[in-house]
Amino acid sequence: MSINHALPLFLAQEDSWIKFDLEALGSQFWNSTVEGLSQGSIYALVALGYTLVYGVLKLINFAHSEVFIYGAYATWFVFYGLGFRPGATPDLPVMELIGFLLLALVAAMAISGGTAVALERVAYRPLRKKGAPRLVFLITAIGASFVLQQLLFIWRGGNAEQAIRLLRPQEVFSIGDASVTNITLIIVVASVLMMVGINMFVNRSRLGRGIRAVAQDPDTATLMGVNKERVIVITFLIGGLLAGAAALLYMMKNPQGASYQGGFLLGIKAFTAAVLGGIGNLRGALLGGLLLGLAENYGQSLFGGEWRDVVAFVLLVLILMFRPTGILGESLGKARV
Amino acid sequence: MTTPDTASRRSLGEWWSNLSRPQQWLVLIPVVVLIYALPVLNPPIISTEPGFDFQIAMFEVARYALVAIGLNVVVGQAGLLDLGYIGFFAIGAYVAALFTSPDSPLQKLPFLAVIPLAMAITMVFGIILGTPTLRLRGDYLAIVTLGFGEIVRLVADNVDPLRGQSGFQQVGHPPGTNDDGSALFNNTDGTPWYWLTVTVIIAVLFLVGNLERSRVGRAWIAIRDDEDAASIMGVNTFKFKIWAFVIGAAIGGLSGALYAGQIGFVNNQKFDVVTSMLFLAAVILGGSGNKVGVILGAVVVAYVPLRFLVIAEYKFLIFGIALIVLMIFRPQGLLGARQRLLTYGRQAYQRLLGKGEQVSSDTALVVEKNGGAR
Repeated sequence: MSINHALPLFLAQEDSWIKFDLEALGSQFWNSTVEGLSQGSIYALVALGYTLVYGVLKLINFAHSEVFIYGAYATWFVFYGLGFRPGATPDLPVMELIGFLLLALVAAMAISGGTAVALERVAYRPLRKKGAPRLVFLITAIGASFVLQQLLFIWRGGNAEQAIRLLRPQEVFSIGDASVTNITLIIVVASVLMMVGINMFVNRSRLGRGIRAVAQDPDTATLMGVNKERVIVITFLIGGLLAGAAALLYMMKNPQGASYQGGFLLGIKAFTAAVLGGIGNLRGALLGGLLLGLAENYGQSLFGGEWRDVVAFVLLVLILMFRPTGILGESLGKARV
Repeated sequence: MTTPDTASRRSLGEWWSNLSRPQQWLVLIPVVVLIYALPVLNPPIISTEPGFDFQIAMFEVARYALVAIGLNVVVGQAGLLDLGYIGFFAIGAYVAALFTSPDSPLQKLPFLAVIPLAMAITMVFGIILGTPTLRLRGDYLAIVTLGFGEIVRLVADNVDPLRGQSGFQQVGHPPGTNDDGSALFNNTDGTPWYWLTVTVIIAVLFLVGNLERSRVGRAWIAIRDDEDAASIMGVNTFKFKIWAFVIGAAIGGLSGALYAGQIGFVNNQKFDVVTSMLFLAAVILGGSGNKVGVILGAVVVAYVPLRFLVIAEYKFLIFGIALIVLMIFRPQGLLGARQRLLTYGRQAYQRLLGKGEQVSSDTALVVEKNGGAR
């Protein structure tokens, strides 16, 4: 059979479609690192939403990616509403710029937080009242994700919104041969600050203690006077607020990012980040996000740009296979002495 | 049981399960004949014309039904939530394209030989995906399979020999010619493809039905209802989960190959996650675990957007809402799975009590009543 001739020919093309370029990895190393850290910190912020909800409800909130993308749209519309149009980046005085960005931040957080709470109210609470099994929650989450996505699609169509940029990337300093821009710096610093804040909130505050109590044992927590329903709403709210903040940072980095499908990929990656660090673990989300961002960018220079998403998915499969509880393990509900 | 609706449904089910095998056949044969006759009859209200060719629409419905039956083995019978079923479907379609299309450098094979090959290759992929991941449970398994589906799609995007968006033209079709010498199985006439698919569905229903009534099927139900208990009672859970996965994969590959043959063109655009969710929606809507149910679900999912083209644009929105509402009010789907005794148990029941057994309508999704989400 001539298959014997055809097959080597078929395989001979192999080196052309996937490269293994160690040299590129070396020369791109610092660039990949900087890019990876800034992407990773956005992943980490979104991952916190998955982690908090998972920690408290043992539910993968599949629709969290839509919560995030609603925030991205809110940002875009604030920019648009302020009179900015797609095209050249305007020259704004610093104070004005900060004001506009804060306004967008508030709007994005409000929209995302509102979406998350509404989602909990409409889709998940009725199921909880009925004591539905976990798979039912997951299917509902998938349905909700569909609905939110399609509403955007019907409203804004299939194309991504055109990029509106308020802040021009400028080099602040350089590491190796990679330049660190003001945007990268803002993204990394803002996310790390927010994550430290959330960590303190959950570990120190009264409400945070409630969250940890429900995560550990909902029934006992209720007996001890914790209002479980309120804790759950607050958990969704915090996840939504963080997703909104992440959306603004994401729109600063990728101004063309608002698209009805844009949330899906980022959501899956953020979930991967959460799993990587240990889902249900707040510090794990930070670690996982940064690691995933780095892995993706190193993978991109190693295998070529079209394989970066594959790297993320393969990583997801590998982590779940070998360490289903992630690097740091599940710990939102772990007792602290 | 309280509402008249469920009471009548139950009595219909009871009536059916009280019939003997030959009596059931007597009822079934005219139904099957009617199903075969549908594309020729083209009944006025059911017809999708003038908006959409009715014969092709019927093939689409049959294709979804086949997919739903395959996915039901995994989701409904064994209780493994698979969000990446489109991956197997895509692999089947690509195998058919690679071995029959003139655009592929590989050896050309006749289409009928490619179908078992497509099934075999998807089975191998089922084992490759299943072996490492089936230790995972519930949500995690769902996410990993979702990742698998995306990996398949991205590979189809990026691997040059798979030709990305330009794809494979002139995918093969089964032999046979019309009187005028043109091919019987062509891309414009859905009728022969529909008949072929319905025949395949009947054959698959036989096989899957027999599996269900066998040791394997009982093991699946045991795993679905309580994996730990099943494992303690000596069921080799891993082995039977792989079984379910591989059989589901093979049926997915089969439907993918049929789809590629009918449409005649395979590229990377048709295998996205959204379609995978649509497949899952068919199974869940109809009633996972119930073969008649999932076929009904597939008919709804495939037929409704083609019949009412006005709503076609909103189909994902509608199915999303339907999933949420259904999970809140009727988590077992339109027709829930019915657990019943095996043949001799049923006869004994009949003898002793003089009436049919009570069938429960629990489903794969109504498990771990206490240990679930809180």
